[in-house]
Amino acid sequence: MFNNRSRLFNYVLPILILFTLMGTVHAETLTVYSGRSKSLVEPIIKQFEKETGIEVKVSYANTTQLAATLLTEGDKSPAALFWAQDAGALGAVSKKAMFDKLPESILSKVPASFRDADGFWVATSGRARVLAYSPERVKAEELPKSIFDLTQPMWKGRVGWAPTNASFQAFVTALRVQVGEEKTEEWLRGMKANDVKKYAKNTPIIEALAAGEIDLGLPNHYYLLRFKKGNSKFPAAQTFFKANDPGNLVNVAGIGLLKSSKNKDAALKFVDFLLSAKAQQYFTSDVFEYPVIEGVIPNANLVPLSELLQLAPTFNLNEMDDLDGTVSLLRRVEIL
Amino acid sequence: MLKSETVRTHRYFSISAGVAIIPIVMVGIGGLIPLVYLLAKAFSAEGTALVQIVFRWRNARLFLNTLLLTAGVLALDLLLVTPAAWLTTRMQLRGRRFFTVLCALPLAIPGYVMAYALLALGGNTGIVAQLFGTSIPRLSGYPGALLALSAYTSPYLFLNLRTALLGLDPSLEESARSLGYKPYETFFSVVLPQLRPAFYASGLLISLHVLGDFGVVSLMRYETFSYALYTEYMLSFEHIYAAWLALMLLAFTGCLLYLEAKLLNNVTFHRTGRGPSRQSPETQLGAWRFPAYTYLSLLTFITVGVPASAVMLWMFRGLNMSALEGLWAALIGSLSMAIPTGVLCALLAIPFAYISVRYPSRISNALARIGYVVYAIPPLAFALSLIFFLLNTAAFIYKTLPVLIYACTLHFLAEAIGPVRSSLYQASPNLEEAARSLGYSRIQAFFRTLFPILMRGMFTATALVFLATMKELPLTFLLSPAGYETLALNVWSYTTEAMFAEAAPYALAILFFSGIFIAVLTRHEART
Repeated sequence: MFNNRSRLFNYVLPILILFTLMGTVHAETLTVYSGRSKSLVEPIIKQFEKETGIEVKVSYANTTQLAATLLTEGDKSPAALFWAQDAGALGAVSKKAMFDKLPESILSKVPASFRDADGFWVATSGRARVLAYSPERVKAEELPKSIFDLTQPMWKGRVGWAPTNASFQAFVTALRVQVGEEKTEEWLRGMKANDVKKYAKNTPIIEALAAGEIDLGLPNHYYLLRFKKGNSKFPAAQTFFKANDPGNLVNVAGIGLLKSSKNKDAALKFVDFLLSAKAQQYFTSDVFEYPVIEGVIPNANLVPLSELLQLAPTFNLNEMDDLDGTVSLLRRVEIL
Repeated sequence: MLKSETVRTHRYFSISAGVAIIPIVMVGIGGLIPLVYLLAKAFSAEGTALVQIVFRWRNARLFLNTLLLTAGVLALDLLLVTPAAWLTTRMQLRGRRFFTVLCALPLAIPGYVMAYALLALGGNTGIVAQLFGTSIPRLSGYPGALLALSAYTSPYLFLNLRTALLGLDPSLEESARSLGYKPYETFFSVVLPQLRPAFYASGLLISLHVLGDFGVVSLMRYETFSYALYTEYMLSFEHIYAAWLALMLLAFTGCLLYLEAKLLNNVTFHRTGRGPSRQSPETQLGAWRFPAYTYLSLLTFITVGVPASAVMLWMFRGLNMSALEGLWAALIGSLSMAIPTGVLCALLAIPFAYISVRYPSRISNALARIGYVVYAIPPLAFALSLIFFLLNTAAFIYKTLPVLIYACTLHFLAEAIGPVRSSLYQASPNLEEAARSLGYSRIQAFFRTLFPILMRGMFTATALVFLATMKELPLTFLLSPAGYETLALNVWSYTTEAMFAEAAPYALAILFFSGIFIAVLTRHEART
């Protein structure tokens, strides 16, 4: 018994302590809260680790949940960076003054429409709202030119959307800014009266479209492209509404540096890397998103960025921070 | 022998009850943290918004939908699963172990995967259309949610019933038969009533699952109360109104617990006979073999065959090998949280089951149900309250594996209490008293006499919690160490991005390891 104990103290404990110390002195580490799926961003994070030797520890979760976590953690947060799926969550964290201002060298890499006006966060990639449709059941000439056409009787019960989805809500917020509260409410009521079908998120919209449950859908642009990657004959297609229609909104994923970050140099290196040509090329080639910098070879499956920016309604992303107003409107209309 | 009299009640809590109370109080305190947090949030709400979000008619409608769904799932599970539990415990049936494992296996399938699989059957491009050339309509709404949730929750009933059936004393049925009862009469008037504790315990768990489910109902497009709750958690970063909705859900859970306590009141089902208990004899099925096989095959085809083949189809749709790189780390991550959680829950369940069975009183009944109340706290609220609490008290353990296991243990404890309680109901207090009279202390007597009887229940409990933890998401999201990987996190991450082929190997790994676990478990059960 005594012998065992002394062995424990002489060998086992020192080794354990050594391992623990090795864990702490191990190269630089960086903790990132990522609302972006692991499936989408892990390859590019691995690339960053390989190039810089900085170890990146990522907590992946839903963007809203991570924003709530950050607000609960306050200045005790172990995270250095918050990488969010949408601008709304970045705005909420920014409002609590939890972000540091990003340096000009980073901000100047992207056009003004792809960053926070006060410089607290920067977009890392863009995505567009589109009109997805069934080419078998909807002829090209029948396609609606605007979201306002979707309330016509010919589309009764044929359209699907995902009202709990953050991108959908960003679109409604943009709609309120663009056409006003009253017209937005009228449109939402019109859609509801037209038996629009509610889905949990974007993926089920695409599946319902293929299954024949609906003929039109309002998702983000990249979901269908991922289905097509697996099966080029997948029976659905997508297009844009006419230029400047609210239905063509371009939204972003973005990243901000937390004040509580203990390793700001490494964190900024990471942000810088995400805005490098290599990372941006990955986002567009592999994830089917839009780059936020110039000089990236466009993905042939995507409408070119320049064309997209002409189709999309123009917005200052900071104008779109009234999520509360959107949600209470959706509640009033009983969509949520 | 089937008595309805009150168990001899102890006028005061004795030492063993005292020992049992310590862990219960600890769980109670653990559960109090999120409760206080919810209350504090709730009372910082503003009046007008409160009415707009919490007290509106729509929520009442959603609640009604929830009730309809809960009742439907309970009824369907009861109809579908009871015969399966009976057949696999009492009948001579080739492949009995195989069917037992299959009946428990839906536990290994995340609810949303079950829903995706059932949805994939119908429609123009559905599996049925591809195989048979004619399409069936896609499941959705009430029938879709009912089927998916029933399939997904059926193992709770199956495993609880199984534990109870295996522990029944055959002498009762033999007496009934000797008094001229026909086999089916014996089943309905002797066996079924003895299964009541198992029915109630699993009914409670199934109801709590339906109440808390969002994955299935949202994919099936049937809106329940959790839709309102989840939407609030998705949309706001402060969760003030979500706290109100969570408290309403807790109040409803309280009603369910009260109902269950009323139903269970004053029932004892232990043997009073002498001599060692025996296993019930197995009956020959004879000509009934064919319908029995057909039924078992159909049942397990829907609950396991459909989702498993859907996952296989995903895999063959084009697997990207790079998605497999993380498989090993994710597997280790899943197991190193699920195994300790399962064991801890089974151990912690003993005191809960013990005081409610041996010292039935209002207080002990209330104490024993603390676990269910903790279970009904939305996991997101639970995680956030723990973050808040830890950062202000013991920040150094924040985001470590022990905290994650602690949170999962507290959350899933309710799943462990039922099976342990069912097996305890079958142990006579005479056993302990005999041991006491032989000079053992109360605690020694407990470990010498009751513990071995409890093993069966504890194995089921460990299995239930292990399988639930393998699929756990919200607590893992917020409390796991940065960079921690589990199989479930990967399945979720790939499916949300419509990368089903990449999600498939992770889902299959969950199925496979859960299957092994269940197989080992049923083997052990057969021996005890």
